[in-house]
Amino acid sequence: MTQAISIQPALASAAPASGTLKNAVIAASMTAVLTIPVLGLQLKLEGYKVVLEPHWRPVWISVIAVFLFQLCKPMFSRARRAVRLPSVPALGARQQRVAIWVLLAVGLVWPFFGSRGAVDVVTLALIYVILGLGLNIVVGFAGLLDLGYVGFYAVGGYTYALLNQYFGLTFWECLPIAAMMSATFGFLLGFPVLRLRGDYLAIVTLGFGEIIRLLLNNLTSLTGGPDGVSGIPKPTVFGIEMARNAKVEGTKTFHEMLGWTYSGEHMVLFLYLLALLLVGFTLFVSSRLIRMPMGRAWEALREDEIACRSLGLNPTRIKLSAFTLGASFAGLGGAFFAARQGLVNPESFTFIESALILAVVVLGGMGSQLGVILAAILLTVLPELTREFAEYRMLIFGLVMILMMMWRPQGLLPASRPHVELPR
Amino acid sequence: MTPMQSTELLKVSGLQMRFGGLLAVDGIDFNVRRNEVFAIIGPNGAGKTTVFNCVGGFYKPTGGQVILDGHRIAGLPSHLVARKGLVRTFQNIRLFKQLTVVENLLVAQHLQIKTGLLRGLFATPAYRRAEREALERAAQWLERMGLSQVANWEAGTLSYGHQRRLEIARCMITQPRLLMLDEPAAGLNPQEKIELQNLIDDLRHEFGISVLLIEHDMSLVMGVSDRIMVMEHGRPIVTAKPEEVRNDPRVIKAYLGED
Repeated sequence: MTQAISIQPALASAAPASGTLKNAVIAASMTAVLTIPVLGLQLKLEGYKVVLEPHWRPVWISVIAVFLFQLCKPMFSRARRAVRLPSVPALGARQQRVAIWVLLAVGLVWPFFGSRGAVDVVTLALIYVILGLGLNIVVGFAGLLDLGYVGFYAVGGYTYALLNQYFGLTFWECLPIAAMMSATFGFLLGFPVLRLRGDYLAIVTLGFGEIIRLLLNNLTSLTGGPDGVSGIPKPTVFGIEMARNAKVEGTKTFHEMLGWTYSGEHMVLFLYLLALLLVGFTLFVSSRLIRMPMGRAWEALREDEIACRSLGLNPTRIKLSAFTLGASFAGLGGAFFAARQGLVNPESFTFIESALILAVVVLGGMGSQLGVILAAILLTVLPELTREFAEYRMLIFGLVMILMMMWRPQGLLPASRPHVELPR
Repeated sequence: MTPMQSTELLKVSGLQMRFGGLLAVDGIDFNVRRNEVFAIIGPNGAGKTTVFNCVGGFYKPTGGQVILDGHRIAGLPSHLVARKGLVRTFQNIRLFKQLTVVENLLVAQHLQIKTGLLRGLFATPAYRRAEREALERAAQWLERMGLSQVANWEAGTLSYGHQRRLEIARCMITQPRLLMLDEPAAGLNPQEKIELQNLIDDLRHEFGISVLLIEHDMSLVMGVSDRIMVMEHGRPIVTAKPEEVRNDPRVIKAYLGED
């Protein structure tokens, strides 16, 4: 009896085994076709002439690697089925809210004990939290795939940089202006894409992000071109400068006012707390929005546009409001980014940034605020921690994303419902 | 100038819809009176849903007029048609599946809850009152439709019959003048069909609405309708009272084929 049982699977796997071999051979020969021109033939300068020099070793290595991998793949998939992954508990709406409060409280206290470098890294992470929460409005709530979100971030950053350079406006004056400026751009982008959804929308927004970057790059007389704008002042503490020496004679700086000795750490800490304040503001507004009629309309639009229209909801207005409000948070983040770096140039606003922000939203769980916060921290702090791996950083990053999407496609912490509950 | 209070709420004349070379419906004339249940029946592919889509603004008809209470609505975008008091359900139910049942009803009240962005952000008393009233209205409708038990469930998890009822509740909460139901009895069991028939009757009498109905289930259509239009191949063949339709040789021919 036991023999019969042990033979059964052996027979069953015999048929796919030949299939696996065939697959492996095909994959290996495809690899050969692909790698011969890329790895196998190399151009070499010989005197005045350029000659093709064959290098077969790398080709053989890759062919063998692919062959072996394909041969072993069924084993991997069997192993994967056997491995049980720890499941993250699904938190209810109330627990998520509590978790957010706890996170904010921890965020308020720990930097006073943390190192300067760590505080600086987490400040960067907080910028991504703001951006993630902003994009979450567009992608998570309203279900509109936006690949050009970085464009609004750039608008925010340059708004502060340029208004300061040309008109001498301070950070606090520019912060709302930057948000409004980005919102305006969001509104303008909203118009041409109203009829689009899904893939088409993604492509148009992608183009929009690139247009903004190219404009910044090429409007040299206004934006300084590839060099960008530098010497952007740091934010003041309600008008009191935070520096070793006051710029204007006779005014007091922050440390003189309080009678402290000057330390560069104060600025780092101040920037961190400012970022935390902005995160708090973004969280407050976006969690209010989702409970408002406007937020419900976004979610309804995501679910079914035709049903929305049949109830008299204007899809145009709903989409525009999502784009506009989502963009305004990118403006806040951008202005803060400019103030923190003291420098903006188009390099900071490439497509990869958009992809990263989108990854934050998707990885966190679309529509889930706590998830977005966690993912933003994870995706910015992890690469910093793994700096030793240097070149392999992006590779690991990519691998983590692939695995994540395979095992938990709904994100780290899926959005919690309901937002409104009928008491009974 | 206010439109004259005529007995006709909806008037459709010479309606035509052409998709490329295909003439889907042509020469559709009918009117729905106030507080009347008007049914459109016909074999599959007769163009009933196309008529619905033209009336509701989901298609822009290639010819003819649709007049609701003295206003021309043909070619108007569907959300504006809905705001004029003409709302519909769908043949294959279109709920906001990931929203809860009560949220579905809140979304439908979007137009009644007049709240600005800032008022909502600061949760002013006026905003909170408006939200509370919306929630109360939703609760009343759920009570009435027998859906109170599932108020906080995601709409997609409801049973088919419950989904149908929620879709009707979602229409009714917008306070329509004309309710259009596209095959509301599809997929319901006999008991649910009887309940549906009673519901349509009640809604009509209680709220004074008119109902435009597409339905295959003959007992429901015959039981609830005041008048019936029979369509075949995109054209109306008879418009009459139920008992007349039942005995009309042209209708029998359309349904059963040449004898």
